[in-house]
Amino acid sequence: MKILVAVKRVIDYNVQIRVKEDGSGVVTDNVKMSTNPPDDNAIEEAVKIKESGKATEIVAVTVGEEKAQETVRKALAVGADRGIHVKVDGTIEPLAVSKILKKIVEKENPDLVFMGKQAIDDDCNQTGQMLAAHLNWPQATFASKIEVNDKSLQVTREVDEGLETIEVNTPAIVTCDLRLNEPRYASLPNIMKAKKKPIEQINASDLGVDTNPRIEHIKTEEPPKRKAGIKVASVEELVQKLKNEAKVI
Amino acid sequence: MSVLLIAEHNNKEVKPFTLNAITAASQIDQDLHVLLIGSKADDVAKSLSEVPLVKKVLHIDHEIYENYIAENYTAAILKHADKYSHIICSANTFGKNLMPRVAALLDISQVSDIIKVISPDTFLRPIYAGNAFATVKSKDEKKCVTIRPTSFEAAETTGGSAEIEKIDAADQSANTKFINREEIKSDRPELGTARIVISGGRGLQSGENFKLITDVADKLNAAIGASRAAVDAGYITNEHQVGQTGKVVVPDLYIAVGISGAIQHLAGMKESKVIVAINKDGEAPIFSVADYGLEADLFEALPQFLKELNKLNTIQK
Repeated sequence: MKILVAVKRVIDYNVQIRVKEDGSGVVTDNVKMSTNPPDDNAIEEAVKIKESGKATEIVAVTVGEEKAQETVRKALAVGADRGIHVKVDGTIEPLAVSKILKKIVEKENPDLVFMGKQAIDDDCNQTGQMLAAHLNWPQATFASKIEVNDKSLQVTREVDEGLETIEVNTPAIVTCDLRLNEPRYASLPNIMKAKKKPIEQINASDLGVDTNPRIEHIKTEEPPKRKAGIKVASVEELVQKLKNEAKVI
Repeated sequence: MSVLLIAEHNNKEVKPFTLNAITAASQIDQDLHVLLIGSKADDVAKSLSEVPLVKKVLHIDHEIYENYIAENYTAAILKHADKYSHIICSANTFGKNLMPRVAALLDISQVSDIIKVISPDTFLRPIYAGNAFATVKSKDEKKCVTIRPTSFEAAETTGGSAEIEKIDAADQSANTKFINREEIKSDRPELGTARIVISGGRGLQSGENFKLITDVADKLNAAIGASRAAVDAGYITNEHQVGQTGKVVVPDLYIAVGISGAIQHLAGMKESKVIVAINKDGEAPIFSVADYGLEADLFEALPQFLKELNKLNTIQK
């Protein structure tokens, strides 16, 4: 079984986001970048499946600018066997990413495609489902548990009401929740080894996919600020404020 | 122009977030049709027809829709989506799972999780866990949009009498099978729609200690939330998680107890009308969004809080 894992480079989840003054986006210069957190869970799950003997190869793929390669390199350091970097400059929407990934799937023929359920930059939550649609594959989104069977997966999904379990036949797409597993850190020897693993570079333009944005970005702004609150000295004061000032209880 | 809204339901009742999505959809265009895909869901069709903002209910009734499977819903939507300018649903796990599959097959770049309708093609949406708001304009001829339910009022549910039209089912996907759903039944208000939410974090230190939260929730008729840290630590189940990748809540009163206030948690609650933070770490980021902060040990403060609440003559319901 072969697993393709898609990863995205995003602003690190600990960075305080700053909006550019001209409203054109958020500040990314000199800002720490990392792998999108649930994509780390996707890689981890693939590596665990390989370690259990049920997968033979893991290919990590990313779509993005030159530096996006770092996320592939990190995936190689935790256990992916080789990487693919589809190079594209500027903003790319999930629809275009899913079309690019479809081309990669057609080339690589994986049995499973894993990725994070949502990227923490644009918060779109679309790419996995879109890829599944293009391929006419089943989708198991927001996975918090995956059981690999011979020709199917049993996936527990995190849904509003609690947990839902579905069975999907392979090939299938799984989008991973943060609760799926605990991503490991790459060891130094593995980081060194990863430097020797191959990353194939492909230009998005060579794949024949239209990557022009369909959504015009008009402006980015700061969310309205909450007005500063106060500290209360005691529980009695808190209850009085809630009752008489805020009038919410 | 008319808009098609996909209803979420359990074959007995409409899910509340669909009513919020109806409000948003009607702001895009008043010619609002609701598509109900279900099995023996006539009661749901009837209740949707009574929503005054709904002009027509399209009802697909077939046993293959007894459980919601995105693949089956998508095929049904595509069969009937032709004449609509917009396809809309709520941006909860239902709509997040469904809409991108529909959008991809229609070759549409979806606009996710909008919090405001600026015009039929222009929307406001939060990005970076709500740390920035983006105004975006869809250039696709047809649009697929998901609605952040807590940003729109729920539509009125009585007084309407829309026509119900039965329409055809589509083919069933052979590759996805529903196994089961573990729904946790509760008499409490639902987290997403509750007027008061009290949430616990890692500061609670154990699942048993959540009883302190439960006691206050009982008194206030509040829903119970949690930070991801508390859920991951196994103190409470996942459907209580508030945050960027959990639920977004906008109650009148949000009480954060023993929650430090990571960006990802704030993303799920900082639009609440009044925020209370109880934390013994005076530097915790949660205090930066709190209207009322109480720097105290929660194990002393919560029982005292309950005692003070008991002293009040009345508590608003």
